[in-house]
Amino acid sequence: MSGFFSALFGALDPLCGPVGIFSLFGSGTLVACGEAGWGDEIAFGVKVTISLALATVPVGLFLGFLIALAAQSEDKLLRLATGIYTTIFRGLPELLTLFIVYYGLQILIQSVLAWLGYEGRVEINAFLAGMVALAVVFSSYSSEVLLSAFRAIPRGQYEAGDALGLHRGRTMRLIVLPQLIRIALPGLTNLWLILLKDTSYVSVIGLADIVRQTGIAARVSKEAFFFYFIACLLYLILAMISSFGLGFVERWAKRAETAR
Amino acid sequence: MSYVRELIPPQPAPLAPARPITGARIAAIGILILWAMLAAGLVAMVVNGWDQDKFLRYGPRYLNGLWTTISLVGLAVVFGALLSVPIAFARMSKNRVLNGIAYAYVYVFRSTPLLAQLFLIYYGLGSFKPQLESAGLWWFFRDAWYCGLLSFVLNTAAYQAEILRGAIESVPRGQREGAAALGLSKQVAFAKIILPQALIVALRPYGNELVLMMKGSAVVAIVTVYDLMGETRYAFSRTFDYQAYLWAAIFYLAMVETLRHVWAFLEARLTRHLKR
Repeated sequence: MSGFFSALFGALDPLCGPVGIFSLFGSGTLVACGEAGWGDEIAFGVKVTISLALATVPVGLFLGFLIALAAQSEDKLLRLATGIYTTIFRGLPELLTLFIVYYGLQILIQSVLAWLGYEGRVEINAFLAGMVALAVVFSSYSSEVLLSAFRAIPRGQYEAGDALGLHRGRTMRLIVLPQLIRIALPGLTNLWLILLKDTSYVSVIGLADIVRQTGIAARVSKEAFFFYFIACLLYLILAMISSFGLGFVERWAKRAETAR
Repeated sequence: MSYVRELIPPQPAPLAPARPITGARIAAIGILILWAMLAAGLVAMVVNGWDQDKFLRYGPRYLNGLWTTISLVGLAVVFGALLSVPIAFARMSKNRVLNGIAYAYVYVFRSTPLLAQLFLIYYGLGSFKPQLESAGLWWFFRDAWYCGLLSFVLNTAAYQAEILRGAIESVPRGQREGAAALGLSKQVAFAKIILPQALIVALRPYGNELVLMMKGSAVVAIVTVYDLMGETRYAFSRTFDYQAYLWAAIFYLAMVETLRHVWAFLEARLTRHLKR
């Protein structure tokens, strides 16, 4: 079964599959697939970039939702605690956050292991470090978006939920959340596009994403302009595809709204 | 007939109901303790790992890097603002070709990463060395600092053009019509009526863009410019001391928070006539 799926995805691979761009137009050039060119390496980079961004979103969104909930609580201390979090991670450059997470996690794990009696070098996965760093940044931005969406929902909605005898969890799930998603979607779309661009930073800690793969190709083939142009083009295409797709989602989310 | 002979004696106010300890309070205290522990750990790291030698060697370099970052961002934002004006007007013009070009510029520069743009300019254009030398531009594209500045200017111009356009278009039509009714020429109406109102709207997005630029400027460290991030990477590669990154974090946070507060003050000051 999994063989079937991998064959299916292989056939539908838009870059290096049988009907991929690189295999149709790139054969004989620098971006040919296989041993002859850099097409398959770049296609792998695209896959890494997309999977990193897709893996970050659920984690970041969940964290951001929790932070938004905490930021609108009546408890002063809770608001203070989340305020510190968002201030720090919205103020630090993403690149620095990435380095701090990458080296910091390594040191942390190493010291914990040393405390447990294991003395050895630990290297954490660049993908994991990138995911954690990007999720932290994404969560602090998305919490602001979700918070303003929460504020746009009138109190009456919660009161109506109470009046219907729904308990808090169900009010949240059945009444507040659908409206929240609708209000927050434009902001979250923006954040997704920013996240897609921010994934380029992981190339610095050695993860084989678009920028790193094209960079290697550029250094080996001495055609830097061509390969970095391809990198920009790929990001542009990814942004176009996602803004098209998310526009579709936005229309779907608003299908219940009457034309006013 | 009966009447009250004595008043009820004054009584103390009822006790405030005891605050129940909610889950939120417990979570808040837990998180705050975590933050306090992190802060204490940071301080302990700095105190325990204090090294006069390192401080004297890398401290001045950090300040240099800080200055490089600030000057780079300042110049980029100023030049970007200048470049953004024609783009914003092209974007608002009725000429479809002009509009299309400006739209494409903004779209491309806003949807590709700054890192890729920087690489394209520094490494990519660097591979056209003979042509650039014959054009007399090699001194510019040879230097990573200039390349960083160029890519920042191009990038921020795209964002600022959108900010400017949005702000100008947010001024209601009636303002233009009012100016026309007063017999003001288009230029005077724009300078005296539209632009002041638009810039108030644009103030906050400009502040955000400045902060984003300051954060984004860290990428020049990758193309060997010794800005704050570059000095940090240098210090880390020499000492393998994790503190290098923590100091950079403190510097960046201080810069961003200062900027944010300055901007909040500016906004409060400049919009004081709108307060009711």
